[in-house]
Amino acid sequence: MKRRAWYWLLLLLLPFAGTLWPPFYDRLEPSFYGLPFFYWYQLLWVVLTSALLGIVLLATRKSDAL
Amino acid sequence: MLSSGLIIFLVLVLGVTAMGFLAANWGRANLQHFEEWALGGRRFGTLVSWFLLGGDLYTAYTFVAVPALVYGAGAIGFFAVPYATIAYPVVFIVLARFWSVAKRRGYITSADFVRDRYGDRTLEICVALTGVLAALPYVALQLVGMRAVFVQIGGIFAAGGSFVALAVAFAILGAYTYTSGLRAPAAIAFVKDALIYVTVIAAIVVIPAALGGWGHIFSVAQTALAARKTPAGILLSPGAYFAYATMAFGSCLSLFIYPHSITSILAAKSSFVIKRNAALLPAYSLLLGFLALLGFCAIAAGIVTKDGNQIVPMLFARYFPDWFAGVADAAIVIGALVPAAIMAIGAANLLTSNVLNQFTPQRPPSETRTAKALTLVVCAAALIFVVELPVQYAITLQLLGGAWMLQIFPTFALGLFTRWFHPKALLLGWACGMIAGTGMAYETFVATGKFQANFPLPLGSVTLLGFIALYALLVNLAVAALATLALTAAKVGAGTDATVAGDYA
Repeated sequence: MKRRAWYWLLLLLLPFAGTLWPPFYDRLEPSFYGLPFFYWYQLLWVVLTSALLGIVLLATRKSDAL
Repeated sequence: MLSSGLIIFLVLVLGVTAMGFLAANWGRANLQHFEEWALGGRRFGTLVSWFLLGGDLYTAYTFVAVPALVYGAGAIGFFAVPYATIAYPVVFIVLARFWSVAKRRGYITSADFVRDRYGDRTLEICVALTGVLAALPYVALQLVGMRAVFVQIGGIFAAGGSFVALAVAFAILGAYTYTSGLRAPAAIAFVKDALIYVTVIAAIVVIPAALGGWGHIFSVAQTALAARKTPAGILLSPGAYFAYATMAFGSCLSLFIYPHSITSILAAKSSFVIKRNAALLPAYSLLLGFLALLGFCAIAAGIVTKDGNQIVPMLFARYFPDWFAGVADAAIVIGALVPAAIMAIGAANLLTSNVLNQFTPQRPPSETRTAKALTLVVCAAALIFVVELPVQYAITLQLLGGAWMLQIFPTFALGLFTRWFHPKALLLGWACGMIAGTGMAYETFVATGKFQANFPLPLGSVTLLGFIALYALLVNLAVAALATLALTAAKVGAGTDATVAGDYA
């Protein structure tokens, strides 16, 4: 694996950091259309994770060993 | 007389049954060939894989049980969402690599890789049996998901504890899986997922609006949950933070080790298909998240039931016209048939390839016949399990199965990246992890009268409530690492590794 390609994988740590620390998001406000922060924040991470995986996929598709 | 909902339900279910049998002709392959029957010939592209994996991982039971958990326990039940989010970076990194080595060396199961990588027959069998043990209650729970619908429909479907309806459904399932192999669930998955998307989107548009909006739903739910015998809420209590995070993290590590996940992954035609699907599959997690919120809707709607598994069918029966409730019911039943078929195939593959076979890389031609027969055995066993034993047994075993499944993580997932661990050390770590996990679960049973997913670990003056599967994995890893150091120092032979670095690219 090329060294540069490997760095892109670090982006995939973000979803873990974003979702595995509940004290950060265990709150009601700001709510979104009545949905407490706790819920829409975690749903938002579903979308963000999908986007991050897409970015990593595009950035690393040329490095065959990944 | 047949209602419009029942007619739609029957048409959809019979339609997919026909698809299941016709799938044998898909691609005009020779289904006597093991790879063709068990893995669809490893030819599925991005779209087919997306439907197959989505149909496989997001089971009917998931769609019934996650809202039930939220209905019963509040915010903690939402852990399924971060779990189904962070599982995908794991797929991207671990499973794409596994696909490459499996394709290169012709693996059908995870234990095939273990045999090649470590040259250790005992380790291979332990990994295979762990998978089978974890898969069986999972198949049984798909029946539980189906039964929730049959009970809601009533009439002959509910007669005799739904036994007749379940037996018929599973006989048909066994028959088309026998005939068509993995092609059957792959074909049906299109219908299943289309139905699931339609029903969930409709539910999320209609039900909250009928209940006065999310703000109102959550305030009613908060009051109701706080008044429960075991008070809960729409937010976590600080004491539950660690449990919530460890449940999400531990589950995400084990999801893709399950035999049904491995089977669907290996059916893809390239590792690029898997990576692309890692980015596209979270769409289902979004769906799962919205379904989880239906648990709060059920509370706000004043639905009271002892069996939380009934709340999704009950919500549909209450808020939708009869014909649409028929669509939703069909979605759940078909949603159970797809993963049940893949799980049966996955378990049969493990038994055939890794337990019954001789210790050789050659595949005997009788293998396909054995696997087909075993698929029927697995279906029958699951049916007997659900009919003869209380539902709680299946749920408990599935909970334990999650903890057991994670114990092959060091051998399988870490083994894809390093051969540092000694095979005998991995075996010892696995055994300690299994015992620790089962022991902690039993402790919670003694303390509370029910098997729990989390164990209160005493650490000096504080107790840390955390996910049993993950605690057991830590025991497993510590033992495996220490034993590796000891065995290497004692110069005990570490077995032969048949794979080479190039196999993983």
